[in-house]
Amino acid sequence: MIEEKDKKQESLYLKLIPYFDKYGILLLLLIMILVMHILQPDVFLSWRNVTNVFKQISWQSMLALGVFMVIVTAGIDLSVGSIMMLSLMILAIVAKAGAPWFIVVITPLIAGFLCGLINGAGITFLRMPHPFIMTLGTLYIFRGTGNLISGGTPISGFTDEVRYLGHGRIDLTWLGLEKSQYLPVSLVLIAIVYFIFWIFMNHSRTGKWIYAIGGNPNAARASGINVNKILIIVYSLCGFLSGIGALILAGRADSGYPNAGLQSELDAIAACIIGGASFFGGRGTVLGVFAGVMIMGILRNGLNLMDVSSFWQQVLIGSIIVLAVYIDVLRRDLSTRK
Amino acid sequence: MSTTKNLLLEAKGVTKYFGTITALENVNLKIHGGECLGVVGDNGAGKSTLMKVLSGLYKPSAGSLFFEGNEKVLESPRDSQILGLEMVYQDLALAGNLPIGENIFLGREPTKNLGLMKLLDFKKIKELTDAHLGKLKINVKSADQKVEELSGGQRQAVAIARSTAFDAKVVIMDEPTAALAIKEVGKVLDLINSLKKTGVGVIVISHRMDDIFTVCDRVMALFQGTNFAEAELSKTSRDEVIGWIMGKK
Repeated sequence: MIEEKDKKQESLYLKLIPYFDKYGILLLLLIMILVMHILQPDVFLSWRNVTNVFKQISWQSMLALGVFMVIVTAGIDLSVGSIMMLSLMILAIVAKAGAPWFIVVITPLIAGFLCGLINGAGITFLRMPHPFIMTLGTLYIFRGTGNLISGGTPISGFTDEVRYLGHGRIDLTWLGLEKSQYLPVSLVLIAIVYFIFWIFMNHSRTGKWIYAIGGNPNAARASGINVNKILIIVYSLCGFLSGIGALILAGRADSGYPNAGLQSELDAIAACIIGGASFFGGRGTVLGVFAGVMIMGILRNGLNLMDVSSFWQQVLIGSIIVLAVYIDVLRRDLSTRK
Repeated sequence: MSTTKNLLLEAKGVTKYFGTITALENVNLKIHGGECLGVVGDNGAGKSTLMKVLSGLYKPSAGSLFFEGNEKVLESPRDSQILGLEMVYQDLALAGNLPIGENIFLGREPTKNLGLMKLLDFKKIKELTDAHLGKLKINVKSADQKVEELSGGQRQAVAIARSTAFDAKVVIMDEPTAALAIKEVGKVLDLINSLKKTGVGVIVISHRMDDIFTVCDRVMALFQGTNFAEAELSKTSRDEVIGWIMGKK
């Protein structure tokens, strides 16, 4: 009898796991928002601060989304920060050369895509033992190239069209709101890009194959999936998203500068891990990554509001990563048959 | 007997080198519809290499494959799948993170069009999966269950269901019962018998004489990469087959 009762409880617990899997991270995000609101009731949920958070996470959210797809394949991309910097520098040089704005806007996207293509080609054709090595190499190569073409100095001053995605404002006075209560264009961009990639990862064949490769690359291969082709697509898309990140940063900073995106690959990886993506591959959701990016953004913002030293921010973010992965380990123990 | 049935697949003089190593030398194999062929041999005898050649994963260094009488060159597993030749790998080749249905249709998912985009048709995947599992009398809680939550026998059943979801004519199984609990072995062997009844040719690689003598009609032994012996099951015995595996006639 007792045994039966235990079994019942266990099965209820197992039934709840998928929901925790899907929405647990959102719960954590809501708790954080609530705590920050209680600690900073006047400022934290003000229009100005909320839009600020979204502006601050705008380009990181693009890198995180790219790295997320790579992590789902059980790979890693360490070069996203460098891809963004190189794309930004190319954008700055093209802009300074006087190219029309629509050319300037497209260049970082193409540059980012090509950088990703190089990563993907290196991992597949050069048969690098692990993506870590290829992208560690390109982390140096892309940043070095960015410094070589710009002379290692900032290039500043872009036109409004170029800055639109990172700096633009959508006026909401027609809704009866005040002039200061605008919608940042970057927020709308995040929403659109995340929605498109949510469809891509969950409802397209290619997205399903990306998960399959992460789950078991041999199974994917035996199913007739061209694994190398899919990997090249994934790394190229990751580079492309880093290029979008560069375009947003160009708008925000109004400058191409040598330290752009320094160590941001680690932030991107952290956001994915906090958001529930598994380093073993095959696991994680687009929504989770968004929550991961938000959690890191809110943590930084909230601690800044409370004047907590940035050193504490580092300690806290690190602790959250370890905690999040430990929860993942416990979950795997429970739900997977050994 | 099997010889009166239609010849589905024939391998003639298949040879495979890996560098200086000869994995297969001049190997012949035939499989007919509704027949089960057991392939036995010691470790390194070339069983797995032969199966990988048949499934298009390896290209033979020499020799040719005939499918229903026509010579075919297989460039990839996809080519063999198109011909109706399916492989169930020893490691099962399932993605544990995906549900049963998506594993069965992996690489060949039904899609629907939404404007210019092709999206997965999850409803159809579920319907087809339920119907197919029902036909094979495979019991699982739900087609949405993830494969990593299944027992070894259920996984093997999913792998076999996967191999037969697209009107397979020949199914090759690499050690289908090696990783199973004893009570699950019987179910998998029943599944092989029901496949035979539908006219599928089944090739079973196995170390287990019990399996071979339960489901197979014919048995062939490889030894050091060559055809060593072959016989109708009714004309041989366990002891003789075990002798073949060790290279004794």
